[in-house]
Parts: sequence; C-alpha cells; structure tokens
Amino acid sequence: MAPEPPLLTMSGITKSFPGVRALDGVDLDVQAGEVHCLLGQNGAGKSTLIKVLAGAHQPDDGVISWRGEPVTLRSPIAAMRLGIATIYQELDLVEHLSVAENVHLGHEPTAAGFVVRRRSARASTARLLKRLGHAEIEPGRLVGELSAAQQQIVSMARALSHDVRLIVMDEPSAALDPDEVDNLFRIVGDLTADGVAVVYISHRLEEIRRIGDRVTVLKDGRAVAGGLPAKTTPTSEVVALMTGRNVEYVFPDRRTAVPEGTPVLEVRGLARDGEFEPLDLIVHPGEIVGLAGLVGSGRSEILETIYGARKPSAGQVSVDGRPLKTGSVRAAVRAGLGLAPEERKAQALLMLESVTRNVSVSSMSRFSRGGWLDRGAERGAARAATRELSLRPDNPAVPVRTLSGGNQQKAVLARWLLRGCRVLLLDEPTRGVDVGARAELYAVIRRLADEGLAVLLVSSEVPEVLGLADRVLVLREGRVVHTAPARELDEHRVLDLVMEGSPAT
Amino acid sequence: MTQHASPPRDDTGKVPSTGQPPFWRGLFAHADVRTLSLLGVLAALILVGGITKPDEFLDTRNLQLVLTQASVIGVVTVGMTFVIMSGGIDLSVGAIVALASVWATTVATQEYGFGGILLTAVLVGLGCGLVNGLLIAYGGMVPFIATLAMLASARGLALQITDGKTQIVTVDSVLDLGLRDAYVLGIPPLVMVFAVVTVIGWLVLNRTTFGRRTVAVGGNAEAARLAGIDVRRQRLYLYLLSGLCCGIAAFLLIILSGSGQNTNGNLYELDAIAAAIIGGTLLTGGRGTITGSVLGVLIFTTITNIFALNNLQSDVQQIAKGAIIVAAVLVQRRTASTT
Repeated sequence: MAPEPPLLTMSGITKSFPGVRALDGVDLDVQAGEVHCLLGQNGAGKSTLIKVLAGAHQPDDGVISWRGEPVTLRSPIAAMRLGIATIYQELDLVEHLSVAENVHLGHEPTAAGFVVRRRSARASTARLLKRLGHAEIEPGRLVGELSAAQQQIVSMARALSHDVRLIVMDEPSAALDPDEVDNLFRIVGDLTADGVAVVYISHRLEEIRRIGDRVTVLKDGRAVAGGLPAKTTPTSEVVALMTGRNVEYVFPDRRTAVPEGTPVLEVRGLARDGEFEPLDLIVHPGEIVGLAGLVGSGRSEILETIYGARKPSAGQVSVDGRPLKTGSVRAAVRAGLGLAPEERKAQALLMLESVTRNVSVSSMSRFSRGGWLDRGAERGAARAATRELSLRPDNPAVPVRTLSGGNQQKAVLARWLLRGCRVLLLDEPTRGVDVGARAELYAVIRRLADEGLAVLLVSSEVPEVLGLADRVLVLREGRVVHTAPARELDEHRVLDLVMEGSPAT
Repeated sequence: MTQHASPPRDDTGKVPSTGQPPFWRGLFAHADVRTLSLLGVLAALILVGGITKPDEFLDTRNLQLVLTQASVIGVVTVGMTFVIMSGGIDLSVGAIVALASVWATTVATQEYGFGGILLTAVLVGLGCGLVNGLLIAYGGMVPFIATLAMLASARGLALQITDGKTQIVTVDSVLDLGLRDAYVLGIPPLVMVFAVVTVIGWLVLNRTTFGRRTVAVGGNAEAARLAGIDVRRQRLYLYLLSGLCCGIAAFLLIILSGSGQNTNGNLYELDAIAAAIIGGTLLTGGRGTITGSVLGVLIFTTITNIFALNNLQSDVQQIAKGAIIVAAVLVQRRTASTT
C-alpha cells in the first residue's frame, strides 16, 4: 500500500443503541483512489458505520483520522467540509425542487450573498451531469419527475459539487438496470482515477469482484476481516466470513414429525405488481415456514399483503379454508392472524404506553362490556401473557420504551398470544435484539408453534431461517426460486441462491 | 421497577406486587408533576387576584362568573383534547358553536321550545362533526385543511341564517337556566354541565375502549392499524365527539347570552387548543389529560377575569396568554427530556 498515511482511518469504532451494540470496535482504513468494499449481512453494522462516517451518528468510542490527523465528525456538515460525501440507499433529494437546486442545496452560488445565481447553478449542474455521463438530464427539471436511476445520478452530482475526496455509496446498484450499473462502474472508475476514494456497499459479490480493490467484512458489529484483496479472495472464504458465527446461536429442537393435515393458512396466487410475483404457500398448525431472501426480495411485502396491510393485485388468502377479505387488516386479525412487523417501534408499539396497554390493544373487547374497560382483568391477562413469554422486567406497568429490543418483541408476541391468534407472521423477529437474547426468542417461537400456532417467518439472517423453520422458501427479487425442508439446505446453498444471477453478472 | 425509599412491609423476599399499588401511589401517579404545577399556577393566580382586588375577585358572584365563562369554552376544550390526542386538530369549533347557536335560535326553531333548541344545537354540532370526520377519515384530507374549510363554511352559513342580526331567545325555560334562581347550592347550571362533561370525558378517555383507541391512534396510527384497530372509524367518531361538544357549548352560550349570534364562538379554536396544550396535551398526539385541559381553561379564564378587574385591556390579556403558552411548552419540554 501507499507509504503516505491512509486517507481515512477508523479504529475501534463502537456505537450502542438501547438494547443492542451496533458497532463493537470496528477498524477500517481507506486509501485515496481505491474502491473499498464493505460486505456484511443485514444487521452487521454497515449502515451504522457509514452514518458514523457521514457525521450522522456520534461513536461512543474510537478514533477517526483523516489524512493522519484525528478528527471529530460532529455533524454531516463537518464531514462534508472534510470532503466526505454519502449517497444513501434512500436518496435524500427534495422532489419538488429542480435538479440544479438539489445539486446546490445548502451551497447555492449567490450574488451579493443571498441572490441565487440560477444560471450559474444550472451551468455547473450541467457540467457535473455531463461528467457523470448523463448529459440528458435537464438541470431545470423537477427531481420528482426523474427515474430512480436518474435521481441517483443527481445525488452523485450533489456529492461531486463539493470538493469531495471520499464518496460512500450504500447499495447504489440496487435500483439500477444492468446498463445503468455499467455506467455507475464507469463513474466509479473515473472518480478513483482522479484520486477520489470510494467506499462501496453491496450484497452482490460479482460487483465487488468487478470494481473493488479491497474488502472489509463486517459481522455482528465487528470487522471480521479488513482489507482483503477484492478480486482474488475466494468466494467461499468471503461467505464464510460473512456467516461464520462468533456467537453460536442456539436453536430449539425441531419437531420430529412434520405436521400434516389441513393447513390453517393458505395463500394462492397472491401477487403485488412490482413487488412480488404470484405466490403459493401453505402453513400447517404447529409448522414454522421460513421465507429467506435479501432486502428488496419482497419478503416484508408478502407478509404485509397476507396480513391485509397492503392490497394484493391478485390472489387469495384463506384461513381454515375460508377466504379473507383482501386488503383488510381487521378481517385478517378477526380470522386469527397476527403480525410482528419488521419496524417494531414504528409499526407495532405504542412507545408512550405501558407494556400492559401494548399487549391488550388488540383484545380490548375481551376486557370490556359496552366499551367500559375492566382494567383489573386487562392487567391480569396482560401479566399472564407476558409471564408466559418470560418478559423482563416482570412488571407490565412499565413503559414499553424502557424495554430491551428482545423484550419489546416479546410484548408484541404477547399481544397476539392474548388475542388467541392462530397464525403468527414474524418479520425479522430478532432485528435489533441482542445476540444473547435471541436464543430465548427462538425458544419462545418454537414453543408457540409446538402449541399449535402456524408461524410464517421472514428473516434476512439465513441461519435463523434454517435453524428455526421446518420448511424454507428462498426468495429472489419477488420470486420463489427454491422450496425445501430446512434440514436439506445449508447456509452457503441459500446464500448462493439469493445472491446469484443478479443483474451485474 | 422503581426504587422505593421505604422497604416493603411484607418480607417475602420479593418485590411487592405493583398490580395493586398502595393508594397513595395511585394518587400521585394521577396527580403527576404537570397537574400539580398547573394547580400551583392556578393557586398563584387566585393569590394574585385576592391580593390585587380582595373584595371583588373573591366575591362569590365573581367566582360564579369566572366558572360560568369557563364552562362554554371548557366543554369545547374537552372535545378538542380528544381530537388533538388522536393526532388531529379541529379548527372549526368556534364556527360550529356559532352555527349551532344561530340555527337553534331561529324563530322557527324557538317554536319547539326548550327541546327544539337543545336538539337543534346538538344535531348541528354533530352534523358539522360528521362532515369533518368523513372528509378526514374517509376522504383522506388533512385535519387542518378540512376543519379550516368547515370554519369558513359554518361561519358563512351562520351569517346567512342571521343576516348579521342578533336572534333574541324568547323561550323562558331556556332563559331561566341562566338566572340566579336556577343555581343549586350556589352553582350555576352551566357550571354543572361543564362538570358533568368533564367527568364523562375523563371516564371515556381513561376507562373505555374508545379512550384507549384514541390514544393508540394518536400515539402511533400505523401500529394501531396493524394491531387491528379501525383507525378511520375512530377518527370519524372523534370529530363527531368534537362536534357534539360544540353543540352543547352552543346551548350553554344561548343560555348565557339569551341570544344567538353569528359572531359567537369567535377564536374559540385558539383558546381551546391553547388550553389543551397548556394542560400538557401533545400536539402530535398520544399524550394528554382531560384534567390538564380543564385546568388550562380555568387558568385562562381566571387571568382574563383578574385583568378585567384590574382594568387592563384585552390587548394586555392577549399578550399575557401568548407568554403563558410559550412558558408552558418550554416547561413541558424540560420535564419531558428529564423523564
């Protein structure tokens, strides 16, 4: 490597959120002019790391050095001043402003200090777009009218409108067609030729092989390998690094006999345009069916459509052979479905309320007569449900926001347990849950299934699906590409299935 | 588990169950810091009134007047508190009060006597609430816009009905309720209505599924929907409730003024929102109390009264009210960040 100090060195970066340690002493060094790839499964800490680098999160511990000098990135503006730009997966553009206005947002060329020199802004925007190979994008157009790929170009133009030395790209190829990916790679090549460093995040190994110089692999908040050669490290080694457990997950024993007989949940030809293709699946009482796939493979959308939170464009969901009214959460809940959504805080919990009220919210009619609540009965039932799941602390009167991630998830499960639901839809049940608390949650899920619940489980953590489910459906880009009993699959096989055949190959 | 200063009496080795907390804890759990500080402010105001105008302020008649004035806006504020707690807003309350008061006092309505006036006021309130609710819950309109439109239309309709004239009430049974003879143990009937509405509002919010759903929708509408709550129907009911409160308030106003005017209820929306916010209702929804809102109303009315007794003009009152709103929110933010 170069004799001069690296452009960027991060060492010992640690960052905790309530209930989970997202980064646990991560080291990363980036040289000027290289493409440094960050690899890791969902939840490995990639997003947190780049947010620290962008100045959006403050690390609890660790040192960041820029050209050999220790720096503190107090805010996104501080990072930008140094020359660090980040292009997030969810683009942060203002749809109702023009391309040129977005590119120069916050640092508009002005006359007399406040009058925006629109012509000059447009001219410089046009130059940037041309450099990015997209001269056809008009600087005067509204960003909201552009395609996703074009918006990404605008986001990149915005990054380049600063004197940028390091660009972080978070899954930039996810929304792109193959030829657009080629253009992206050409841009990355041009940038590095100019001495700009690129931190490139992707799930797709093929892309990393094509443009990457070095690879750092993150896992469970740690860098398990730093600076591997991107082009020559064998795939098996990379996959092993991504998946190798430094904490052994303990999964409960599967039932020996796979349940048969009448399925409780039946999904026929369910589809949503642009999200997932027609899907058939059945779940028996006592059975756990897993959906494995990456972000964007349509997993969460499938669960939410089954649950009625999204309206399907085709197909039918039946419970006990009775078809459900499509697109109605209330019909689904009444038929005995319960959802533990991916975004617990945003989609499931009433954060200002006590555990009791969070647990009882779906069963209030059971504790009321003519709308009048019997609060004693409510407390008792909530206590019984949370005790059954060993929720800690053993006091349902505490606010749910004070609970750890794993116990918050138990509160959501207790809600459906109390409701007496028959089909449990679990979307990333261990997201934001400490590694230690996961085994307990797995045991709870298995026990609920053994007691006769049908469970449909979505997870991007392949070992979780394999360890917990009886049967696994592997999803890629909205399509089921493989179905098999979990015991016939292993992690490498599933990762191959979900990663292969991406557009960049 | 919170730490107790005093050790538990029963020595079973376990932390005492909080399922049945001791009565004093329940008392303080309800009378939280915010309620206590609002009571403190009210006590301070009464002290100020008693010191500056000892004879006039503490006079029974004056106190009856303060409470009577608080009644009309108070009933509106109870409904507003529910709406704000659900994450909504109702800007049309003042206009609905005006429309209900003039509709209920037309010559034609007055022919039906007491019942006709009361029923019309309530039905007009409910009707306006229904329109608000349908537009917001099922029409997907932003509450601010839908109720702003209702504000304009209801006021316009009120003007059209009255042609700008004051409609004098001639039904004695209505007017009698405003007279001193109708006071029971020195309490005016209007104040009793206010008290009843407050108690019912408190019970509905704290002891019924309706109240729970309101809080759930306001705290996290998406979570409420995914938990199986019919969020849209709940929103519709909430605007109906606000309309109902406006109808009741209009009837009280008719008793109080002996007339119906299209200028009635002017800026009630601002007073009601301000009282709810001073009382600790979160404008984004999910948190608030009826007790706090009612204390907010009483604080506002008491200030107005003290200022009037001291010959301070309404401009000074308005400035003071503004300052109080800012102070209350700043204090609340401080307490919210420390808990």
